[in-house]
Amino acid sequence: MTLTKADLVQQVYKNHEGLTKAQATASVEAFLRLSKDSLIDGSDLLLSGFGKFNVKDKNSRRGRNPQTGQELTLDARRVVTFKPSGILREKINK
Amino acid sequence: MNKSELIEALAQDIAVPHREAAAITNTVIDTMTEALARGESIEIRGFGSFVIKNYGSYEGRNPKTGKKIKVSPKKLPFFKVGKDLREQVNKNR
Repeated sequence: MTLTKADLVQQVYKNHEGLTKAQATASVEAFLRLSKDSLIDGSDLLLSGFGKFNVKDKNSRRGRNPQTGQELTLDARRVVTFKPSGILREKINK
Repeated sequence: MNKSELIEALAQDIAVPHREAAAITNTVIDTMTEALARGESIEIRGFGSFVIKNYGSYEGRNPKTGKKIKVSPKKLPFFKVGKDLREQVNKNR
């Protein structure tokens, strides 16, 4: 089973009686957009109890195409990493 | 940005009281946590996906003392950033 955005909307709709389905959808969309905007701005996103999304700058480096063995230069780039919180790790392993 | 800042931004964005935005945020985070706790994966288009990886037990070392220790089997969540987010984060470099 895979949890999707539709499942999140459904759960928000179910848990919050004051919201219409459209409002539940809008709130999940806004939650995701605001989270993304923070990372796109280059600032980390810390969701206590869940984990931390970090934005990291990587230097350019020499790499290889694993299929052909050909050397190439990988450009400097900015990536997103995730570190699960201790609470999340515990719940997953319970 | 931390969770309370996200809640504040959400409250403004969808024009609901702070308390309501906090409750919605908790529902979203709890729903994702529970899915992962059941061993399920999460896939959110444009944002990213989470999968649980299983590790068997192995013999490790305490890096401080060098002493051998047995590491019990464990599960860990892995996040893979979605295409849209990956591209936008990199574009703003």
